[in-house]
Amino acid sequence: MNPTLLSQWQFALTSIYHWLFVPLTLGMGWFVAYMQTRYYQTRDETWRKMAKFWGKLLLINFAMGVVTGIVMEFQFGMNWSGYSRYVGDIFGAPLAIEALLAFFMESTFLGVWIFGEGRIPEKVHLASIWLVAIGSNLSAIWILIANGWMQHPVGYVLNEATGRAELVDFFALIGNSKAWTFIWHTLAVGLVTAAFLIISVSAYHLLRKQNVDFFRRSLRIGAWVGLIASIIVFLGGHTMGQLMYEQQPMKLAALEAIWETEQPASFSLLTIGDLSGRREVWSIRIPYLMSFLACNNFDCEVKGVNELQAQYEAQYGPGNYIPLMVVTYWTFRIMMVFGFIMMGVSAWILLAMRREGYENRPGFKWLPWAVAMPYLAGMSGWILTEMGRQPWVVYGLLKVEDAISPNLTVADLWISLIGYTLVYGSLAVIMFRLMKKYALAGPEAAMHESVDVALSPVGADD
Amino acid sequence: MSYEFLQTLWFILIAILWIGFYFLEGFDFGVGMLLPFLGKKDEERRAIINTIGTFWDGNEVWLLTAGGATFAAFPHWYATMFSGFYLPLFLLLVGLILRGVSFEYRSKSPDPKWRNRFDWMIAIGSFLAALLLGTAFANLAKGVPIDANMNYVSPNGLVTTISLLNPYGLIGGLATVAVFLLHGANFLTLKLDGELRERAHALSKKLYWIALVAVILLTIGTYVYTDVLTKIGVNPGIIPILSVVALVSSIYFINQRREGRAFAAVSAYIVLTQVSFFMLMFPRVMISSLKPAWNLTIYNASSSQYTLTAMTIIALIFVPIVLAYQAWTYYMFRKRITVEKKDLVY
Repeated sequence: MNPTLLSQWQFALTSIYHWLFVPLTLGMGWFVAYMQTRYYQTRDETWRKMAKFWGKLLLINFAMGVVTGIVMEFQFGMNWSGYSRYVGDIFGAPLAIEALLAFFMESTFLGVWIFGEGRIPEKVHLASIWLVAIGSNLSAIWILIANGWMQHPVGYVLNEATGRAELVDFFALIGNSKAWTFIWHTLAVGLVTAAFLIISVSAYHLLRKQNVDFFRRSLRIGAWVGLIASIIVFLGGHTMGQLMYEQQPMKLAALEAIWETEQPASFSLLTIGDLSGRREVWSIRIPYLMSFLACNNFDCEVKGVNELQAQYEAQYGPGNYIPLMVVTYWTFRIMMVFGFIMMGVSAWILLAMRREGYENRPGFKWLPWAVAMPYLAGMSGWILTEMGRQPWVVYGLLKVEDAISPNLTVADLWISLIGYTLVYGSLAVIMFRLMKKYALAGPEAAMHESVDVALSPVGADD
Repeated sequence: MSYEFLQTLWFILIAILWIGFYFLEGFDFGVGMLLPFLGKKDEERRAIINTIGTFWDGNEVWLLTAGGATFAAFPHWYATMFSGFYLPLFLLLVGLILRGVSFEYRSKSPDPKWRNRFDWMIAIGSFLAALLLGTAFANLAKGVPIDANMNYVSPNGLVTTISLLNPYGLIGGLATVAVFLLHGANFLTLKLDGELRERAHALSKKLYWIALVAVILLTIGTYVYTDVLTKIGVNPGIIPILSVVALVSSIYFINQRREGRAFAAVSAYIVLTQVSFFMLMFPRVMISSLKPAWNLTIYNASSSQYTLTAMTIIALIFVPIVLAYQAWTYYMFRKRITVEKKDLVY
């Protein structure tokens, strides 16, 4: 493998892995803050237990998000020095602001929240969990501003003298339309992820008739938030489609496998291409729907991959400008299908809960598995958005092969890639077991702190 | 604000971030390294971790902010340093990952083996991080092979790593480890009570001598391996001299059991040494050992005037706020920690 490809693999693996932890942190913070507030208002012990129990799961998850986030910040310089030099004038700013504005806030107040109970005034303790939730979501906002700029660069000029892109309009950077659709889509994804963890864990305990009041209450909150947030996710996604139509037409064509320009454009339910990936062999399509997704009306023209490729070659010189379509096409579908299922499941739970004994309804026994859906959908979404940008690092501005660190060798990259894989792999096992143990142990164990939970040691040596 | 003023200002700001990081994370690296040696029983180890439990994550953000600020203000410095020190930084990241996860996970099971393993991961992670940072900083002062295109020249990362472990780099790494150990022990005497406090005190007496020897070696090495003689002269100026005075004075306070002053003295050493480092570097940010013309300086490595202006406004607003609430947390959690079961937070 060549160095570029290895760096790409490493970045993909480390960022997907990071993303396993981020959405839950983003969403669960709000839930815990809300529950603790309810306890503060009502003095109802169940709320306190809820804040404790879901807070425990938040903490186990939080640690992983923090440590894998450091890797992300360092990697731009380590693996992508060409990129860092070329766009650092612009891209560095949101990263620095993230650290200053958000990261200090979430980590400082998380410490206060963990160690502060009973030691600091209750109001301050309550405020600290809200600050953690706000801080982690602010952090996501700045990262998405940075990422939005890579997808749709704005507010910059190319400076011939310095040979790089330079910022000329800070407010264009932070007001980037692309970034803001990402932001509300992604923050809502955080809520959906936390909601589905709550739904699944609550269903597990309700099926066993444990802590019924506690988990019914949790389930209800989870389902409400799951429903509302997944609708917001959908609306965000729909807006994203229309921005993509204007800003990244190639990505739009690739996620739909539209080879030839169409007007009005149909939506593909299933498309099979030939081995070259350049031609369609067979497909089932819904007429007009793609035009609706792309421009909110039923008859606009959606450009096809082949026409865009010709256009880009004329504009940027020879080269392959088509993303790996089998990936963009299928990740889009996985994301969308699970998104709709989650919307439906949340609504179904809310309807079912109106009658007593809903835990015995057929279908309820599948809910503990529902937590897989936000993760699959979220990961697919990121893979789609980043793979759909290929071969560009910054859309229309900088290609991946010009972004790498020229001094790195294949050996260096193999060492780090294997190293990350081993460390991340073993941590994933530990973290998953801990999550599961605590989630299944229920609220009592979380109240008694960690000591009372028996956990079989991980690792083969004992 | 003129361009040159902004470039100097950001050099100073980044220096402050590193200094803050060394001062704050210095003691929690030290505490981390001392953990398995100082804490014999489980409650003792828990108490030791709790002295930094509230703070370590916030302290580490100083490093992240230093990295982010370097990226934003001096993209070439960030690109050259991070890609050049690729494998050492990878190891640093692994160290920080192991350490960070262990703080959260060590108490999640009552199994002594499980806990012991995480305690050692905290110690090893802290040690690795301190050693690598010290080595990297020493090499920054000494100069590293940088070519006309600002890229690090080396056949591969293994060669780079071995070449960073030159005598001066090693001295830098060991001195950092030794001083952080002392700093950590002093911090523990301030934060613990009872027998553990006594033990930390006894340890800090011994660690002082190790740190002193390491610092003397570092001082000699600095004259031999860096351009301090040509750039500054035999008399290094008041700040480096004060830093050594501060370190030497700490043994007096340690012996007198003036714990606050002992901690302050070693803190002063760390802060003043970092200041000296950045004074030696200025206005360079990466020294090329191949050709002085290829040095990265605050002038050829910086962002545009526009970006620096925008970042300055943001920093002026938010840095005071961050400093205020971090200081507040230290104030809120100023009480000493004991091994009383009811007082321990897991």
